[in-house]
Amino acid sequence: MSAPARPPERGAKQSPERAQPANRARDNILGRVRQALGKTGPDPTAREAALAHIATHPIGPRPALPADLRQRFLENAAKLESSVDQLARREEIPRAVARYLTGIGVPPRASGWPEFADLPWGEAGVEVAIRPTQGQDPVGLTSVFCAIAETGTVVVLAGPEAPTGTLLLPDTHIAVVDGSRIVASMEDAFVLIRKERGSLPRAVNMVSGPSRTGDIEQTIVLGAHGPFRVHLLIVG
Amino acid sequence: MQIATMYFKDRAQVKLNDELLQYNLKKSKGKFVGKRAEAIRELDDFEGTRTAAREIRQRVLDNLDTYLEIFEQNATARGATVLWAETPEEANRHVLDIAAKHQLKKAIKSKSMVSEESALDHAIEQAGLKVVETDLGEYILQINDYEPPSHIIAPALHKSKEEVSALFAKVHGTPPKTGIQELCGEARAVLREHYLTGDLGISGANFLIAETGSVMLVTNEGNATLCTTLPKVHVVITGIEKIVPTLEEASTLLRLLTRSATGQSITNYVDILTGIKGAGEYHGAEHMYFILVDSGRTRVLASEVREALRCIRCGACLNHCPVYQNIGGHSYGWVYPGPIGSVITPMFIGQEMAVDLPNASTLCGACGVVCPVRIPLPELLRKHREAQVKEDLRPWVERLGLKGWTWLALHPGLYGLATRIGVRLMKMMGGYEGRIHKLPLVGGWSDGRDLPAPTGKTFRELYAAKRRSA
Ligand code: SF4
Repeated sequence: MSAPARPPERGAKQSPERAQPANRARDNILGRVRQALGKTGPDPTAREAALAHIATHPIGPRPALPADLRQRFLENAAKLESSVDQLARREEIPRAVARYLTGIGVPPRASGWPEFADLPWGEAGVEVAIRPTQGQDPVGLTSVFCAIAETGTVVVLAGPEAPTGTLLLPDTHIAVVDGSRIVASMEDAFVLIRKERGSLPRAVNMVSGPSRTGDIEQTIVLGAHGPFRVHLLIVG
Repeated sequence: MQIATMYFKDRAQVKLNDELLQYNLKKSKGKFVGKRAEAIRELDDFEGTRTAAREIRQRVLDNLDTYLEIFEQNATARGATVLWAETPEEANRHVLDIAAKHQLKKAIKSKSMVSEESALDHAIEQAGLKVVETDLGEYILQINDYEPPSHIIAPALHKSKEEVSALFAKVHGTPPKTGIQELCGEARAVLREHYLTGDLGISGANFLIAETGSVMLVTNEGNATLCTTLPKVHVVITGIEKIVPTLEEASTLLRLLTRSATGQSITNYVDILTGIKGAGEYHGAEHMYFILVDSGRTRVLASEVREALRCIRCGACLNHCPVYQNIGGHSYGWVYPGPIGSVITPMFIGQEMAVDLPNASTLCGACGVVCPVRIPLPELLRKHREAQVKEDLRPWVERLGLKGWTWLALHPGLYGLATRIGVRLMKMMGGYEGRIHKLPLVGGWSDGRDLPAPTGKTFRELYAAKRRSA
């Protein structure tokens, strides 16, 4: 093993890239890994095999799910303390939001994703600001990419029209779920992302109920840092 | 983290006599165990899933160089920078260089055990920057003058709500709260301010996904989500062994991780972060760095305990360990307590620094039975013990005793004579009660219990007599 290079001077303003000349640490670590594995250098055959393995996207054992995925999703979402409302049509969203917020006594002021701009919010008495939030809004309104029956989870993909803060910073998160997009398991969600988007967006946030903590005496408390409430509107 | 592994016995003794700690430990005892037992029943094929998980992790270890390179390539392609650190110090230096380069002032951190290894928080503070732990348990420990964590997933498990209440009142200058809900509310308000003003988000990694160059993070609080959404720079600091080839395989591991850890079918948040924010995105990091840390991992890979690198840090082996349950995590004296800690700590900080750890086990086998990736923990502990004997690291009394026994065992005649004398002596020691109160050389053991005295004949004598009469 080569002698370790001298660490850069304390406080010296160096870019992280220059702080490790010629990737000494990388070479040493990979060298030691190869030595441990009894290899002498890069192994093109192993690389081919690894890439081939990745390309198969092998799926492990999964718990069997009933044919009625929606039912299972509803049960599991309830277990994780998400509340649920089922709507026939998208136009019903504003009224459903108003109803829900009145019920829990939260002011009807939300920040929402642009896709909801066209809905008749005024009629329902809900104020929806179509912009990202910094937490000043009591409610955040997002859609989801798909939902997972096995765990009662919703999968949210970040993007220019889908700022992540909306699902995190407000005390109440309302998520609109397309009823035809409830998949069985997480694996199916990944397959769907690959099929429809090609690659992963910057953030895939999977949300299963409100933020919680059990860090004090293992007692569960809701609303640790994120929302206290997650309300799902299943449309269709 | 400061190493105190060499004081294991003394520390364990202190913890055993600590009434408050014992009370807190008893209160939490069995909670995780019970929930896990329930949660694994939801999987139709728990054992098959464990086998699959074992294979996923082992495949990566056996081709670690290859998967690391694939991960690096894919992460870089999405605009992240992959840095490597041979030592804990080098990992810290990377973080400070990044902070200097982007002129960052305040780090908000979601839980990372790897950063405990390198005492990253101290390094950040020494450089004059601010760092805030955002996992509630870690936050409690941080404001208590950086008390070390006692459990890998529930770091403040050893603290009662009364202790937390007193601590919050002191540090936040607020009236003491009595309810856990109110305590959490207070922490929420304090931390929210930090989330909104932090410019450097630091996280660990539950998994690194090779196919996409992503990090997968698992939390209930959502603190990792916040730390990776709001600040302009995100640094992931993690061990080189955390790689999983595909998202599908990560899903298999996740089924076991959350169930084995807290008995949940899933955590409230599972985040997969890939690269820097795209054009037009409002939230998300402009710069993303991965710091891949060795500090001892390649040593484990080259050793007889390689399988320990399959660990997904679920904590089940701690929760099921009778020794851990009675002494708590602090006695172990370094970052990783419990059975997995006793296996990897000697490799990370040196066998001679952690002589007691592999012996702090009854080898009851519970840890190996529950481990979701089938790490044969008892067997690995035994391998360490063998190594200690080979390297002359055991105390001289034990070595002499073993040598004496070996010599005797190789001389059956003398062995028979010695044991015949031995049992008769012990019978006399037992007196008419038939119980020995104090044994020489193993006083520690007989302090708390009596040894029933032998009735007067050795097994070989009885066996021979039986054969004669048959
Ligand atoms: S060794 Fe196994 S049981 Fe222990 S923390 Fe690691 S994965 Fe969990």
